[in-house]
Amino acid sequence: MKRRRLRASTTEAIAGYLFASPVILGLVIWVILPMFGVLAISLTDWNVLRAPRWVGVQNYVKLFTTDLYFWNSLKVTAYFVVLNVACTVLYSLVVALLLNQKIRGRGIYRSFFYLPTIIPVVASSALWSWLFNPEFGLLNVLLQAVKLHRSLWLAAQTTVVPSIVLMTVWAGAGNTIVIFLAALQGVPRELLEAVEIDGGTWWHRFRAITLPMISPVTFFNVVTGLIASFTIFTQSYIMTNGGPNNASLFYVLLLYREAFQRNNFGGAAALSWVLIIIVSVLSLLIFRTSSRWVYYEGEAR
Amino acid sequence: MRLSVARVTGRGVVYLLLTIGAAFCILPVFWLVRSSAMTLGDIFKFPPILWPATIRWQNFADAMKASPFLRYFRNTMIVVVPNVAGALLTASMSAYGLARFRFPGRNFWFSLVLGAIILPPAVVLIPQFLLWSKLHGVNTFLPLIVPVWFGGGAFNVFLLRQFFLTVPRDFDDAARMDGATYWRTYWQIMIPFIQPALLAVGLFQFLFAWNDFFNPLIYLSSKATYTLAVGLQFFVGSYGTFWNILMAAAVVIVVPPVIVFLIGQRYFVEGVTLTGIKG
Repeated sequence: MKRRRLRASTTEAIAGYLFASPVILGLVIWVILPMFGVLAISLTDWNVLRAPRWVGVQNYVKLFTTDLYFWNSLKVTAYFVVLNVACTVLYSLVVALLLNQKIRGRGIYRSFFYLPTIIPVVASSALWSWLFNPEFGLLNVLLQAVKLHRSLWLAAQTTVVPSIVLMTVWAGAGNTIVIFLAALQGVPRELLEAVEIDGGTWWHRFRAITLPMISPVTFFNVVTGLIASFTIFTQSYIMTNGGPNNASLFYVLLLYREAFQRNNFGGAAALSWVLIIIVSVLSLLIFRTSSRWVYYEGEAR
Repeated sequence: MRLSVARVTGRGVVYLLLTIGAAFCILPVFWLVRSSAMTLGDIFKFPPILWPATIRWQNFADAMKASPFLRYFRNTMIVVVPNVAGALLTASMSAYGLARFRFPGRNFWFSLVLGAIILPPAVVLIPQFLLWSKLHGVNTFLPLIVPVWFGGGAFNVFLLRQFFLTVPRDFDDAARMDGATYWRTYWQIMIPFIQPALLAVGLFQFLFAWNDFFNPLIYLSSKATYTLAVGLQFFVGSYGTFWNILMAAAVVIVVPPVIVFLIGQRYFVEGVTLTGIKG
């Protein structure tokens, strides 16, 4: 009896491994080994023309001390990440709250808000460089129509990052809105009605019930938003090529240039590891502090 | 009385804000289509005209002539179709394995799947690229297809696993009692149950592969292998001032995903929702 049960659990384990084997092999081949690989490469001087040569931590030292672009790129990326996550989450929450009202044509509105997310980033980058065009672009035409000053948008150091944020909020908020909307629909009606009976306004309802109830989803949106923003590439590659004066030289664009334009694989690998550490530390920090501002149902506090 | 006045103005504000937001979303798309239908002279007119007196179809012909877009389209399909097939098959298999079987190390592998979702693809780019160049895979479609057949992306595995967990265990137990093999249980009992999620995964993967720019940019290096996304980027470089032709080219690459979205909208929203709520 005992042997038969053992055999059953063994076949189950083998079958389980076989079914899961694609993703297990995939993780090993495309994630785990490359992670070690990129660490090893970062410790070499690897150029396509020459054989790799061991140089220890020299690539990292160079990055932090003499590299002309590294700190600037980090600063520019951090600026973009903070602005983009704040704007996307706020905009998506407001839109989701509006869509959650009793309105006609909610489906159509939702499709409108989701549509930009479907458009390939290459196409939207081409489109927005046209909209941002300082002379003939739609945005300056609109500004002029309401008697405001024209802007240089992508062409000025001070406005280039906010401009890319505007475009990225447009292009990237669709999923965040849908996720917020689903969370809002899950907020129990009894609780909202209880506040209303006690004479609370919509703000009281929002502050006391809705916001805490959807906080796990807000948390999810912030984390995924942070990581996605940190790896922004296509927009700056196509619209600004990192300019003007490196004001939109985002981290992954720097990494791409280091690897594929300067053929400096060692330096690019060092950049990759720094990115791994940044993303891990960020995620860890957020998860650590989440208990302070995320409310999970049924959790004793 | 005062309450109802507040209600009415409240609803008015809601509609007003929604309309402004919708305009923000739609206006750029309208401008794309409008600009693709104009002559260069119309485009630079001031104040701008909303819609040209006659649609200039010639822009599309010009775009097609300037770049081998039919070839790019063919290349894109060569990448997209195996992407969708690979994601559907291997992500659902892996998800089934992780959701339904007890085996040592299962939690470890599942936590790695979660970790891989957060990991930016750019960080493992260098070793992957060097591996493919060792294998002579650069400037072929293989680097864009083969990895998908290994689990179809951590995100899809996660989504489908969550879905498998909602299917009552009685169904596979009953099938096993009747002597069905694990494979038959998976293929004939479980797959029909998770069809909506599979549709969502298929749509996500289609969109991802169609829209992907980063990977084709890195692995494809000749006009003969470019996908539409990379082809359009070179168009931006050389036709940067012919906005009408550039917009026509952009319309060509935008239309297929928009059609797919309009058809599969419901599954889309369900798929996105599932990830956020269970996440």
